[in-house]
Amino acid sequence: MKIAVCIKQVPARDWQPRVNDERTWVRDQDASFELNEADAYALEESLRLKEKHGGEVVVCSAGPPRVAQALREALARGADRAIHVEDDDLARGDAFAVAEALASAMRDEQFDLVLTGLQSDDQGFAQTGVVLAATLGIASATIIMEVDVQPGAVRVKRELEGGWFQFVTLPLPAVLTIQSGINQLRYATLKGIMAAKKKEIRKVSPAGPVASRQRIVSLYVPEKKKHTEMIGGSAAEAAKELVRRLRDEARVIT
Amino acid sequence: MILVIAEQQGGTLNRISLETIAAAQQTGSPVKVAVPGADVSAAAVVLAAAQVAEVLCVQAAALEAYTLDGYVAALAQVIENEKPDHVFLPHTYLTRDFAPALAVKLGVALVTDCVAVRWQDGALIAARPMFQGRLLADVATSGPALVSFQIGAVRADSLVNGDTPAPVRTVTVTIDSAAIRQKPEAPFREARQAVDLSQAERIVSVGRGIKEQDKIELARQLAAAMGAELGASRPICDAGWLPMDRQVGSSGQTVAPKLYLALGISGAIQHLVGMKGARTIVAINKDPEAPIFEVADYGIVGDLFDVVPAMLKELQG
Ligand SMILES: Cc1cc2nc3c(=O)[nH]c(=O)nc-3n(C[C@H](O)[C@H](O)[C@H](O)COP(=O)(O)OP(=O)(O)OC[C@H]3O[C@@H](n4cnc5c(N)ncnc54)[C@H](O)[C@@H]3O)c2cc1C
Repeated sequence: MKIAVCIKQVPARDWQPRVNDERTWVRDQDASFELNEADAYALEESLRLKEKHGGEVVVCSAGPPRVAQALREALARGADRAIHVEDDDLARGDAFAVAEALASAMRDEQFDLVLTGLQSDDQGFAQTGVVLAATLGIASATIIMEVDVQPGAVRVKRELEGGWFQFVTLPLPAVLTIQSGINQLRYATLKGIMAAKKKEIRKVSPAGPVASRQRIVSLYVPEKKKHTEMIGGSAAEAAKELVRRLRDEARVIT
Repeated sequence: MILVIAEQQGGTLNRISLETIAAAQQTGSPVKVAVPGADVSAAAVVLAAAQVAEVLCVQAAALEAYTLDGYVAALAQVIENEKPDHVFLPHTYLTRDFAPALAVKLGVALVTDCVAVRWQDGALIAARPMFQGRLLADVATSGPALVSFQIGAVRADSLVNGDTPAPVRTVTVTIDSAAIRQKPEAPFREARQAVDLSQAERIVSVGRGIKEQDKIELARQLAAAMGAELGASRPICDAGWLPMDRQVGSSGQTVAPKLYLALGISGAIQHLVGMKGARTIVAINKDPEAPIFEVADYGIVGDLFDVVPAMLKELQG
């Protein structure tokens, strides 16, 4: 089975985003980057499917040169080879721009299954996987918690709201967007890191200029609406004051 | 005109559909509502009470169970006929599944998870969170767009009702059932949950700030000292550190305790929707800009590994 897994490199979770002077993007020059969380689960699932069914895992990403680092990490975890659609503008592109770039690089490969994370931690569009499927003209299903590959089809468990689930069967090829927690992640071993150095990262250029359908006109810190009583002081002082207020003001503990 | 796509299950509308209609009303444009399904007459009656120009029943046998292909086929026909300026949708798990494919089919933008919209020079500007809610972006599209609204972005009780019920019209759509690729099975719940957090009076909840599984013991001690149940954000359950039935949020339990104490939880929207209804919310977080402070009544900016032991001392002392 030939599986593609699409990953995105995003600023590390503990990085505090700061807006640039034009208020159109963040100052990410000083950010450190990591693999988008949901995509890490998609990668892990693709590796498990390969272990079970054989075949190949090809990791794909669209973005600036730094993205090669994330691809290398995926190769170290066990992916076989990588495709990098390299373009600086793709770091800010919307889901249509990114899906178009990925689709043009993936079309000739004829993947049986494509996995993506359900949404990214930076822009959070929650649509790239489905747009990719529709662009490639194949079926898709989202928020997946279980993948069972059958002859010519895949039966998946979708998460619904409030603790409900549903099984859906789709014909292959298909795109699935993976939810966090579907499996337990593995990390790269030293052996994997060494092996990754010899694996191929194929660089391709996007088919045309990056065409986003939505544009950020202003980026800003949200205004606080609720009046939160902030309790200051040392940890001991703050703890004491908080316990007092929970007892005497809010009366929620005794 | 703005066309709102309402969502119903078994004839029952969800609340966020009403919130989305309220958002559309607030733009000042005429509003129509379309509701897809196999039998939507009961839902249409509820929708017709709102001050809208028309309610469209998008009824077809093929829409009985939700499928992406069925919804895209039906809604694309409705939108192409009605030619709205924009289409508003609730940002539910259902919308997440089909709206991107609908946007591809219509050749328009999809702006997801919006919290507010306004007009500027005749163009619709939508505000949506980025970077896990730490920033907001005002987003413009060229031409018509699909715009999905975050749960709770607009209050359902700000919905304006009409003096008389709005006209209801059934629109016929053609759906080739054989072309529907998704074969859905009936929705189900996992085995009965061991803890029912919805009944808890007090909850001490841990997030990724707890860092290691062993450290959850600290939160457990605090919970015990306060007579509280232990809850968690999703990453804690994903990692297997606590069972799934401790998860609070859109895909976990919805809780409404007297006290909700969030330890090292950033306050992502999917977490907030599960606990916003708590009477008193306390957040302890290292990051002064964490979105959890937006909903907290009391906040301490600090390291939970300093604050929690001090609280324990205070409670036990
Ligand atoms: C479709 C969907 C459904 C989801 N369903 C849910 C759901 O039901 N429930 C849910 O919770 N999430 C859900 N999520 C995930 C959600 O988006 C967030 O990723 C998640 O809630 C983040 O959890 P967290 O706050 O624990 O972690 P993080 O966002 O990583 O936050 C950790 C926080 O801890 C703070 N911190 C770190 N160290 C310390 C310290 N020593 N002392 C004090 N503070 C510290 C940091 O400042 C940070 O604010 C869902 C996501 C999607 C896309």
